Amino acid sequence: MKTFYLREIAHARAGDKGDTNNIGVIAYAPEYYPIILDQVTPERVQAHFKDLVKGPITRYLLPRVNAINLVMERALGGGVTRSLSLDPHGKSYSALILTMRVSVPDEIAARLDRQGRTVLDA
Amino acid sequence: MADTAGKRTRVLRIGAGASYAGDRVDPATDLAARGSLDYLVYETLAERTIALAQLERLKDPKAGYNELLDDRFYAALPHCRKNGTRIVTNMGAANPRGAAARTAEIIRELALEPMRVGTVLGDDVMEYCLRNRDRLEVMETGVPFASLEGEIVSANAYLGADVIVEALARGADIILTGRVGDCSLFLAPMIHEFGWRMDDWDLLGKGQTGADMVECGANVSGAFFADPGYKDVPDLANLGYPLLEVEADGTIIVTKLEGTGGLINRATCAEQMIYEIHDPANYITPDVVVDFTGVSLEEAGPNRVRITGGRGKPRPERLKVSVGIKQGWIGEGEITYAGLGCVERAKLAEQIVRERLGIGGVDLEELRVDYIGLNSLHGAASLPPAAPPYEVRLRFAGRAKKKRDAVKLVNEVETLVGKGPCSSSLPRKYVREVLAIYSCLIPRAAVRTEVIVEKVGK
Repeated sequence: MKTFYLREIAHARAGDKGDTNNIGVIAYAPEYYPIILDQVTPERVQAHFKDLVKGPITRYLLPRVNAINLVMERALGGGVTRSLSLDPHGKSYSALILTMRVSVPDEIAARLDRQGRTVLDA
Repeated sequence: MADTAGKRTRVLRIGAGASYAGDRVDPATDLAARGSLDYLVYETLAERTIALAQLERLKDPKAGYNELLDDRFYAALPHCRKNGTRIVTNMGAANPRGAAARTAEIIRELALEPMRVGTVLGDDVMEYCLRNRDRLEVMETGVPFASLEGEIVSANAYLGADVIVEALARGADIILTGRVGDCSLFLAPMIHEFGWRMDDWDLLGKGQTGADMVECGANVSGAFFADPGYKDVPDLANLGYPLLEVEADGTIIVTKLEGTGGLINRATCAEQMIYEIHDPANYITPDVVVDFTGVSLEEAGPNRVRITGGRGKPRPERLKVSVGIKQGWIGEGEITYAGLGCVERAKLAEQIVRERLGIGGVDLEELRVDYIGLNSLHGAASLPPAAPPYEVRLRFAGRAKKKRDAVKLVNEVETLVGKGPCSSSLPRKYVREVLAIYSCLIPRAAVRTEVIVEKVGK
């Protein structure tokens, strides 16, 4: 197993409703989807986002498009319209989730390596 | 333009000409000119847009609709009239009647052949909400509205496709609404043209799945997607806005015009499908609860994706309402430090301002200090910098009940240029009123809609 940023195997988009943020995380290839299912869990996401997310995180699955949807409550500084943040909608949270680290089987790691993606220190 | 309600067998073409109040004008004009469209939809209302428009209307009774209505219609109406393209838009915002009156003037000024202008009223439920403030609860938190401080300035229910279908059935060529579910603007033409039943939930679910793909306009055709080296998008400056090709059985292709920039593929569609939804098996719209979990995305050609497998469940009993409430003021002040030791100087500046706020007795409900260039968006969750930054922008943002406290905060930031650490940029300061939006649910029976259709022109 080798460690990579999630960015190397998935793309993401984040959106808002009130004080709730959601992030769609989509695998670039079907073979990467199990890695996301195993490792991009609500618990790990909660830890990764530190104090940005004050409420629970629920994860929904969309296996036909190799995606998960993370719904994060109390995640937007009290609501888009009152927040003091420069990113009140949390649209940049899609970039934050892609900084999560994931362990990747050697076969997939070799493919990522051929694409010029950088392995991280374990 | 003959009415074809319920009889269509050929493909229906619906273009998405806008996805927010200030969206670009020319891509929609291009769609109107070259898209062979049956319908052109402009979606221009974010959560807070109507509340802001209502404040404009209070100042000027003729205002309160989309500020770019003139630009959009002067450019697109001649094409739409010539090509038989009908327009559906929520550009009416807080004043659909005013928008319709202005549209009639534009039709006359352009000397177009006669058109029917439809106005949808009834989304404004301010009176109901004021009368029932004691009984309303904030949708997400259950907090009673009665406990929220501040003056209510607007309350608008998300109407469904049914009112637009009514206007289409009465022959309207241009329909101006206030708040309507974003997807419903696109679903209404499908229902009208194919004669879909309003309780055929799976068919409505398929229609809304297509509508969801384009309700954020170019977000499905390459906007907000590019990440160089990972997700490359060609010719973003000439981004083409999307259009739907809808068949009577609810099979939908999303595509864009030849010769435009951008990209439509499975990845752009997947991102857009999940955007701003919660439970993908239960996406609530006024017309149908949509289930996206069975949706398949299939590339049917360059910049063409076929969407199948959407499903639906019965529509909700209650309608969502967005309520705008004035809740104090936000002051923001920023200043940049550069060179060796810039972070240390910014930290000293933060300490000075915090102390000055205490000395001045400035009353803030919340104060936030950001170091732009280090961690302003993600705080403690940010990756650590590889080296000390060459410059850092210090930002203070504070919310206060009274305007004078927000002003005092930004003035303290401003004085840093002469009284704080050395070697800074000029500061900038902003003060604005907070218009907070809260959602609640109200019974359908509380909403009385009205559709007006008038013939305009020679």
